[in-house]
Amino acid sequence: MNEMTKIETTLKDWETDQEVRWCPGCGDYAILKAVQRTLPQLGADPSNTCFISGIGCSSRFPYYMETYGFHTIHGRAPAVATGVKLANPDLDVWLVTGDGDGLSIGGNHMMHVLRRNVNMQIMLFNNEIYGLTKGQSSPTSREGTKSPSTPIGSYDHPVNPCAFALGSGARFIGRGFDVSKNLPDVLKAAHAHQGAAFIEIFQNCIVYNKDVFNDFAAPKGAGDRQLWLKHGKPMLFGDPKTGFDKGITLDRSTLTLKVVDATEENWEEAGVLVHDQTDRNLAHMLIEMPFGPFPMALGVLYDDPRPTFETAVIEERAKSAAGKEANLAKLLAKGQTWTVEANEGHPTD
Amino acid sequence: MATQAAETPTSTPDAVVVRFAGDSGDGMQLTGGQFTLSTALAGNDLATFPDFPAEIRAPQGTLFGVSAFQINFGSREISTAGDAPDVLVAMNPAGLKVNIDALKPGGLIIIDTGEFTKRNLDKAKYDVSPLEDDSLAKWDVLAFDISALTIEAVKPFGLGNKDALRSKNMWTLGLALWMFDRDRAPIEEWLKNKFKSKPEIADANIAALNAGHAYGETAELAGPIKQMNIPAIESEPGLYRTITGAEAVSLGLVAGAQLAELPMFFGGYPITPASAILHHLARLKEFGVTTFQAEDEIAAICSAIGASYAGQLGVTSSSGPGIALKGEAMGLAIMTELPLVIVNSQRGGPSTGLPTKTEQSDLYQAIYGRNGDAPLPVVSCSSPGDAFETAIEAVRIATTYMTPVMLLTDGYIANAAEPWKVPDPDTFEPFPAKFLEEKNGVGEDGELLPYKRDAKGARPWIKPGTPDLMHRIGGIEKAIDTGHIDYAPDNHQAMTDARVNKVLGVEVPDQEIAAGEAGGKLAVVGWGSTYGPIRRAVDNARNKGLDVSHIHVRHIWPLPANLGELLKSYDKVLVPEMNTGQFKTVLRDQFLVDAQPLTKTSGQPFTITELDTAIEGALA
Repeated sequence: MNEMTKIETTLKDWETDQEVRWCPGCGDYAILKAVQRTLPQLGADPSNTCFISGIGCSSRFPYYMETYGFHTIHGRAPAVATGVKLANPDLDVWLVTGDGDGLSIGGNHMMHVLRRNVNMQIMLFNNEIYGLTKGQSSPTSREGTKSPSTPIGSYDHPVNPCAFALGSGARFIGRGFDVSKNLPDVLKAAHAHQGAAFIEIFQNCIVYNKDVFNDFAAPKGAGDRQLWLKHGKPMLFGDPKTGFDKGITLDRSTLTLKVVDATEENWEEAGVLVHDQTDRNLAHMLIEMPFGPFPMALGVLYDDPRPTFETAVIEERAKSAAGKEANLAKLLAKGQTWTVEANEGHPTD
Repeated sequence: MATQAAETPTSTPDAVVVRFAGDSGDGMQLTGGQFTLSTALAGNDLATFPDFPAEIRAPQGTLFGVSAFQINFGSREISTAGDAPDVLVAMNPAGLKVNIDALKPGGLIIIDTGEFTKRNLDKAKYDVSPLEDDSLAKWDVLAFDISALTIEAVKPFGLGNKDALRSKNMWTLGLALWMFDRDRAPIEEWLKNKFKSKPEIADANIAALNAGHAYGETAELAGPIKQMNIPAIESEPGLYRTITGAEAVSLGLVAGAQLAELPMFFGGYPITPASAILHHLARLKEFGVTTFQAEDEIAAICSAIGASYAGQLGVTSSSGPGIALKGEAMGLAIMTELPLVIVNSQRGGPSTGLPTKTEQSDLYQAIYGRNGDAPLPVVSCSSPGDAFETAIEAVRIATTYMTPVMLLTDGYIANAAEPWKVPDPDTFEPFPAKFLEEKNGVGEDGELLPYKRDAKGARPWIKPGTPDLMHRIGGIEKAIDTGHIDYAPDNHQAMTDARVNKVLGVEVPDQEIAAGEAGGKLAVVGWGSTYGPIRRAVDNARNKGLDVSHIHVRHIWPLPANLGELLKSYDKVLVPEMNTGQFKTVLRDQFLVDAQPLTKTSGQPFTITELDTAIEGALA
């Protein structure tokens, strides 16, 4: 699927005439631009592209994309998108959701669209707060988050979206953040993946949860706090100006990751791991790697495709229909039947 | 009603009611189903009522584990499964205890004494065996050890006692087939096919069937058991089969999709008694049907909405609790004006209620049960056979008017079987769906107007993937024509009116009269599965010279345009329904008629006697 003819477009072709109604300074603007910049590079066709969303700030996204768009109901976008893909597997479907929409009210659907592996890109904008309903804590809010619904701080433990996705059976897990220049590369990798591609995008809600990602997303010191993963490349990080000076290795005695001093020259001796995006165990460790002692793992954490749900459904349909004739008259007369003959003198009407 | 068997035992009755009752593990539904088939093949008209517990395997021998199957068959038109059985086959003490009160005085009880052990009598809460006191005196009792006879009959096949006893139901069926002079061949064929991979089991069951039959033939029972031949009914010539409501809904949906020239997408989630529709459709892939077992009821309807959006006929199905979960998504389908068929196989409520029992208590839910002013057309089917045409009608309305449509059926119709004259699909008028292919605004470079309405009030259906018709839809209020987000007061007023008027403008045939004539003393107005008993009771009353007519409404919303005037032409209007009076309230609201309720919420269909009494009471 998605074996589309490449179309020449520019960023402008993907913009609608609708006024964008996010708060000034919202991270969503940057994500919108990143997507509008990426699609021309993919050679995507607006007529064959469909954005489907649930409810929340992120879910306004389809209105600003000059494509087919369906703004559905809270949490249910994965189910609607599954129906769309089964009815027309050739459509290029992008799902837009948030931490509340995709992991709270719609957590069940998210789990199933991932485990079924329906071929689409799933962008989960994680701002760790309910924005559109004015700032309540969300399932990804950190413990102690003060909000109108948790005035002295939240006390429930947050979910890690990528860990949830991996546990649900996702075969592609990517991570980026709104203003990152690398976000289009993550989107491109997600698009190239055949199957459900889950992308967590950290997004700054400047009104209700301002700058909660600054500790790793702020430009200053970013090199020390961001680990951009590249398949087949050593896991090195550090200030780009002075060169990488740290790496991630595996402590074999505890089977946990560890930060070590390493450079582009000596990383092999230092035992720095090489990223293998098809390694599910490694993906799990990178996803669970606690920020603080470790940098934030970003980029393509996991990418190991397997056959999509649509393919399986189409195959099953073909197998089930094989050798059978779609003859309605015969179907209606199936099973044991009997014929009533016209009797002479029998009143027929 | 099949009263004649008891009243004039020497003559051949024109209809007989038989109830098979036993433990839920005794295979009573299978026995009943096969007896139904042989009866249909013998050319009788019939109606059945399977009545089984909600538990898959209730504890053996208990009162709540009793499973029963009732069939009414005859040489005249049969409209219900019958009030009181003429014959009760009781496979164990619990089956006897639960069903004995229904048996007609003078009726026949066939009892398997092999199951009347102390332990089973205790489980059925009998202090003394009813075979040993005179508690069964008003009936004819034929008691013998069916268990032992079955074990004897299947001995040559080397089965253990437990396996051998599983053929008891076939032995009993054999006896029943003899009693009513039925052909065994189709049952033998069915057994061979069912146990294709285990021919020894098939042979054992056939041996049991034959032994039961031979028992009737040779035992020369000088008692109550006599062979009866119920002659075939004079039916309209043609090809017939038996059909259940669930089958008929499935076939009607397939036929509807073909008439609309659309592939069908069915999103479902397991729920009693609606699952049978998913099971039937899952086997019809060659008709362009995709079935999807979703993770929950909400995903089931949402996936169907997604499929409709992408250009297929989206269908979802459930029962009351599941329909409640789908409510918000129905609103989305109403707002985005996408075609969708929602089948509700009603069961007793509220909450989990009575999962395996029938009720008509989701009528308010169907008409009104959504947030906002959210109108959608509602149609209901009155019998298993009628479900076929009603399903086609639901598809027609959904695709012609770009709207979700609710099709109401119920647990009784879903499971009950009746003979059905196989229709010729060519006699149905096709209604091919149309998709917008180019921009529909006025002028040469007119813009795309996804919400521009046609003369019927329907917006165009635009498949994603169509070149240059990109647009956005969603649950937020839409601007007239363009479909852009619009919260303006005038716009919401206009769009609310447009949605309401579109549904009210759905073309609905004028209401016909099922029996009787326009005007008179009493109209009995029904909808759904009460058709059979109302029809029979009204016929009874009319035969007695009473001035009463039967009106049965298929189009619940919008109602037929002539219905108000028609109802006003009667002095009285009586509305029997298996709820607390929901349709009665709708009729009063819509037409200001003094409709009176006759309600029943026992999980059982109306008996004809109940309706006879109500009609006579209304006319007194």
